[in-house]
Amino acid sequence: MSTCTSPSDNGSTLDEQDRKLVLATQAGLPLVSDPWGALGQQLGMDHEDVLSRFQRMQETGAIRRVAAVPDHYKLGYRFNGMTVWDVRDDAIAEMGQRVGELPFVSHCYRRPRHLPYWNYNLFAMVHGTSRDEVEAKAGQIRKLLGATSAGDTILYSSAILKKTGLRLRKEKATS
Amino acid sequence: MQLDATDRQLIDLYQRDLPVCDRPFLDVSRQLGITEEEVIGRLQSLQDHQVVSRVGPVFEHSRAGASLLAAVAAPEQQLDLVAARINRAPGVNHNYAREHTYNLWFVMTAPDETVLEERLGELEQQLRLPMLRLPMVEGYHIDLGFEIDWEALP
Repeated sequence: MSTCTSPSDNGSTLDEQDRKLVLATQAGLPLVSDPWGALGQQLGMDHEDVLSRFQRMQETGAIRRVAAVPDHYKLGYRFNGMTVWDVRDDAIAEMGQRVGELPFVSHCYRRPRHLPYWNYNLFAMVHGTSRDEVEAKAGQIRKLLGATSAGDTILYSSAILKKTGLRLRKEKATS
Repeated sequence: MQLDATDRQLIDLYQRDLPVCDRPFLDVSRQLGITEEEVIGRLQSLQDHQVVSRVGPVFEHSRAGASLLAAVAAPEQQLDLVAARINRAPGVNHNYAREHTYNLWFVMTAPDETVLEERLGELEQQLRLPMLRLPMVEGYHIDLGFEIDWEALP
């Protein structure tokens, strides 16, 4: 069994130890002075090994980032609007990039249309303390997109019915 | 929980990237000019109050298998029932009710594309509702959070 990763596989090869680390940290790192050592102690690895695995997973992109992830709802952003846009195909690469760079957009993706049911191909998530705030931010996106967008709407979330962390590994680790 | 300027700074500076180094919280403490102990105490408290949902790695889901955003238009009077069925389906990790004809939006996950399609197909059949499959074609800004406007918060 190889534990090597090459640039071509984008680090998708997580070995057994990596997976253990992923599973152990889905709810967060131990908040202690030496989190890597503390994890290592749980899993039978040493500080160096744990740290270098995290660094490698970050380099290869298996870990997007290590962060203090805020709960925006708790912070007071009670309104979550999924803004969706019908952007001209020849403009979407550039416009998607620019919308994604707006400081208030938390996620920005291109997704396929499903005509005639669904004609929106750009999704940008916007948060606000009120609907007005979300509308105002959507207004800024609308202005930026200009004539490249033929239509848009905002889907407000009315309830979070399920939100679990990474589903990852429980099913894979046992296989 | 009342956040003071240091708590806000902690969130502003580290909601995107915490250093992955020998002593990450020591690194943070030097940047903020407080002790490592205080950094840890503050992060713990932010986490205890769920202002910060976690301090840790954000994994790239696509590396861990396949996933896809899907939506269905459930008849209003069946919304709860349909939502419950979606929540019970293996692989569903997010499910949001949204104000739209397509009123249930969920993320289906699976170890690989084949299983993903099987799970979606099974669920679609069970729900007897056409499902919008909306895989990510391109990500322009992926789950990096956003700048928090503290003054605007209640």
